[in-house]
Amino acid sequence: MSQKAGRQSVLFDPPPYLTSAATVVGPMEGRGPLGDDFDLVYRDLYINQKSFEAAERKMLQEACLLALEKRNIKLNDIDYFLAGDLLNQITVSGYSAAELGLPFFGLYGACSTLTLALSWGAMLVAGGFAQNVLAATSSHNCCAERQFRYPTEYGFQRPRQAQWTVTGAAAAVISAAGESPRIAAVTTGKVIDLGEKDALNLGAAMAPAAASTLIRHFLDLQRAPDYYDLIVTGDLGQIGSGILRKLLARSGYFMEENYNDCGLMIYNPELQQVEAGGSGCACSGVVVLGHLYRRMKAGELNRVLVVSTGALHSPTTLGQGDSIPGVAHAVALEI
Amino acid sequence: MGSYLTAFLVGGLFCLIGQLLFDLTPFTPGHILSGFVVAGGILGGLGLYDKLIQFAGAGASLPISSFGNALVKGAISEASRHGVIGILTGMFELTSTGITAAIIFAFLTALIFNPKG
Amino acid sequence: MPAVPEELNIGYEEYRELAEREKPAPPLVRNALTAFISGGAICVLGQAIQNGFIALGLNPEDAANPTVAAVILLASLLTGLGLFDRLARFAGAGLAVPVTGFANSVTSAALEFKKEGLVLGIGSKMFSLAGTVILFGVITAFVVGLISAIF
Repeated sequence: MSQKAGRQSVLFDPPPYLTSAATVVGPMEGRGPLGDDFDLVYRDLYINQKSFEAAERKMLQEACLLALEKRNIKLNDIDYFLAGDLLNQITVSGYSAAELGLPFFGLYGACSTLTLALSWGAMLVAGGFAQNVLAATSSHNCCAERQFRYPTEYGFQRPRQAQWTVTGAAAAVISAAGESPRIAAVTTGKVIDLGEKDALNLGAAMAPAAASTLIRHFLDLQRAPDYYDLIVTGDLGQIGSGILRKLLARSGYFMEENYNDCGLMIYNPELQQVEAGGSGCACSGVVVLGHLYRRMKAGELNRVLVVSTGALHSPTTLGQGDSIPGVAHAVALEI
Repeated sequence: MGSYLTAFLVGGLFCLIGQLLFDLTPFTPGHILSGFVVAGGILGGLGLYDKLIQFAGAGASLPISSFGNALVKGAISEASRHGVIGILTGMFELTSTGITAAIIFAFLTALIFNPKG
Repeated sequence: MPAVPEELNIGYEEYRELAEREKPAPPLVRNALTAFISGGAICVLGQAIQNGFIALGLNPEDAANPTVAAVILLASLLTGLGLFDRLARFAGAGLAVPVTGFANSVTSAALEFKKEGLVLGIGSKMFSLAGTVILFGVITAFVVGLISAIF
């Protein structure tokens, strides 16, 4: 009997199955250290579409269809489509929902959308409201740059704390019956704003939210970091992950070798100029549903805690002098 | 009108100052470049910027600060001929090339090319 | 000041300090050097172009205008070819401070929004970055002009 655990968590019983996963990425991600773990790697950022936005839409749709194809699941078998992205009015997700023709829950969690969607999907299935849920997210470097920062051809020198938005899409099917890994528990994060105003230092903006959600997860479920073979955050990057360790240490939690950050895993810092690491909805999306999913199925990892992190600001709020709130949602995957 | 050496040194110095402002202050490029234009305008009003152009040639006329100088010179010279209204009528006289060129070339480039990301 | 969640065991100001400490320092010396050299190089190039126009028969004063136009054309072209932003990563202020930066800001904006059409895309958004430079230049010239006209 699934039930609420502690203040912000849910423990699923029986745990829903993360029965299928598919990932599509752009050229830089394909050239990165995890390149072989992605289902489809595109060689350019337009994919023969009329704009970067249309390309991102195509990627999201392809990831969704691939996820269904892998397990021979028909579109008709899907009860709900859960998706979100970085663009205004989450148009990539909304327009993809139109293409897929599925009942749609549009979600916005910025770069925390992966675990937001997985949490919500798991609750729908475990609650008996759905047999199969399709959860997906995407991001595209050029779309994010032009919306949040500058035109893509603008000659701007990025500082060391800046991060690089991942171009890619990831989709998963969550089912009441299917194949491991399973979603064992989720912790829904609070939005936390500790005054960071530098939009190029999102790691520092999101680290408190990641710390809060992690601590709550450990308290709610009475677990310690060593319960998991691997704990990954979404895109805290170089700066944010350092801050996270320090914040956790203050509350007595120490993560040793079993902690990593998807933003640090997806690119090769020696060869690819990504400053503090990768970011974007697709960052945790493709790393978790591509690379970590494979490792779990191969038996290399049995218990993984995924904490995708998002920054909930907009160019408008920044312009008006507001600081950047962060949010982080945790999903515990087990074989 | 300046030599290659003075052009290099003065132009480089302008950019060095700009870079330090980028790295050490929380201001955006927009803020800093606007600051350069304002500074160029003030120096132009004091008659100092033209001396700098005499000394450094392109080293002083290429940085964006010269835009401020040109606007001020245009305004002042027309005002000295036609009174206060000259500030409005003459302001863009000397910068017209730069702005027109930027608009035309940007437009043409946008028609031909696509952003590559 | 928003309340800090209790599980974090940290005060707001304490976190601000922690975040500031963790922020990496920019490579000041390297950036200053590359900006100085690339900015100087652009101005040398400009001077060469200007000398070229003088050699073609123009007066030194008249040669300044086509020089600016030529440099702007070059910067726009590099922007369109997707090369300007790569060079700027290295050169920083060396490309941003000369008029090349102005040309790049207008061109990159025009390029980016062309998908939204000539009128609503390029037309409306072309000056989104460069507008501030023009605005403050005009304001300065207006004020300085007034002061000069009065005194």
